[in-house]
Amino acid sequence: MYQVGNLVKELSDKHGRVRESLMPILQDIVQKHNYLTDEAMVEVARELDISAAEVYGTASFYTFLDTQVKGKYVIRVCKTITCSMKGKSEIIQTLEDMLKIKPGETTGDGQFSLIETNCIGWCHKAPAILINELPYTELTPEKVSEIIKDYMQK
Amino acid sequence: MENKGLTKVDIIFEKIDPKEVLIKAYKMTSAEIIQNMLDSGLKGRGGAGFPTGLKWKYTAAEKEPEKYIICNADEGEPGTFKDREILDRVSTKVHGGMAIAGKAIGAKKGIVYLRGEYRYLLPKLMIELASFHKMIKEIGFDFSIEYKMGSGAYICGEESALFESIEGKRGEPRNKPPYPTVSGVYNKPTSINNVETLVTAMMIINHGAKNFTQYGTKDSRGSKVFSVSGDTPTPGIFELELGMTVQQFVTEFGDGDTKAVQVGGASGFCVPRKKFAETIIGFEGVPTGGSMKLFNSSRSMYNVLHNYLDFFNEESCGQCTPCRVGCQQLLKGVEKVKKGEAKSTYLNELIKLADSMKIAAKCGLGQSVGNAFKSIVGNFREEIIY
Repeated sequence: MYQVGNLVKELSDKHGRVRESLMPILQDIVQKHNYLTDEAMVEVARELDISAAEVYGTASFYTFLDTQVKGKYVIRVCKTITCSMKGKSEIIQTLEDMLKIKPGETTGDGQFSLIETNCIGWCHKAPAILINELPYTELTPEKVSEIIKDYMQK
Repeated sequence: MENKGLTKVDIIFEKIDPKEVLIKAYKMTSAEIIQNMLDSGLKGRGGAGFPTGLKWKYTAAEKEPEKYIICNADEGEPGTFKDREILDRVSTKVHGGMAIAGKAIGAKKGIVYLRGEYRYLLPKLMIELASFHKMIKEIGFDFSIEYKMGSGAYICGEESALFESIEGKRGEPRNKPPYPTVSGVYNKPTSINNVETLVTAMMIINHGAKNFTQYGTKDSRGSKVFSVSGDTPTPGIFELELGMTVQQFVTEFGDGDTKAVQVGGASGFCVPRKKFAETIIGFEGVPTGGSMKLFNSSRSMYNVLHNYLDFFNEESCGQCTPCRVGCQQLLKGVEKVKKGEAKSTYLNELIKLADSMKIAAKCGLGQSVGNAFKSIVGNFREEIIY
């Protein structure tokens, strides 16, 4: 769990205290911390003068606005048809073996979360994953394990 | 039916001097720009295919002074990746198309709604947008563009859900009418166009409507960027003239063993081998926002259908019952038939359910789940059962 501190205030100053700023504010919090805590959502509600239920209702609609604890690096593995045909399962298997977690889980040290996701728009270079916002494509088990090793050393 | 064959075209990514085209557009009246779009026969490139000229005409006719032009870059249809490539390679043409549309409809503000999955493009796009703003200011345009990000919801590609999302709410589609041309984002008249449509519009201003109409067929004018994936030796992005048959497409892109092509993504249609020769890719046959997935005989069409239904089950916004419950029941239903827990005739009941969803669902998502369902079950029934 992280402390929101002044972040919500700063973001509200930056985007403005109006309803249409809700998404940019939540997105910026996720950009920094990878998920939304209850505390952060209550704070956003207070700044924008809307109910916390409205904030939670909006956040929970969007898969990238996670309301559950996520690691520093969120790995999203595309599971839609082309990636699924081109070796998604081997990629998941490799990640499970390396990180010792299943899809939907986060490593004990809070470094990595593994999630399966719908089409990310790289079907011609399948299989593909996103790590935070960066895409990695045309993956093989070897390639993905090199990538994760690099992240482990960061 | 006209058959144009398979011809590669280079319009979308063609190198042009954007400033020259924008100066040309700046000197035109709103009516002249709209007439060019109407004459070209351009239909929206996102998949639905509404005539662009009409959309602009209706929005231009609204008296409200505050209007918006929105670029729909929430490209989420499985198998579509051309908008990412277009934004990556020729963003100035996308922004240029928006400025031209703004001039046509009388909007001073443009918003690009970019899907969260493409956030990595944002820093580069911001730099390109800054020089674009400088350029159009020099020409004299009173127009500016801002970017709004999506956060991983397929439904936000639906225009009214996209407006809700921009307004900071859950991406749940609105009732229509009113249509966006009357009441769109912030309840103001809005023209919402696909990334590729806007680039095409700019190129129509550049080359003239007449030049554009020499490509394609009566119902499907011009060329289109196709996203080709699946069992093909040459996956990627290709701009092709509209009006070819699926057979001609497969001859070019297939691996010699193609048994089916899914045209238009998960919400599109599955064309089996026996119908390749008679099916035209375009609005007179099978329409597509560009997604073309090839499947060879090693693939199980049950797995393909299951994957699509799983997709819709997760991406349905859950607001209306026909879509929320329908997606769940279609998925459960094919699983039951596959396991032998339900008779094969149960598929007929599921087809009726898909038909009901087409009539009763609130938006395009629920209405089009039946496209893939019926065309896969209809053509590959034995693969679903056994």
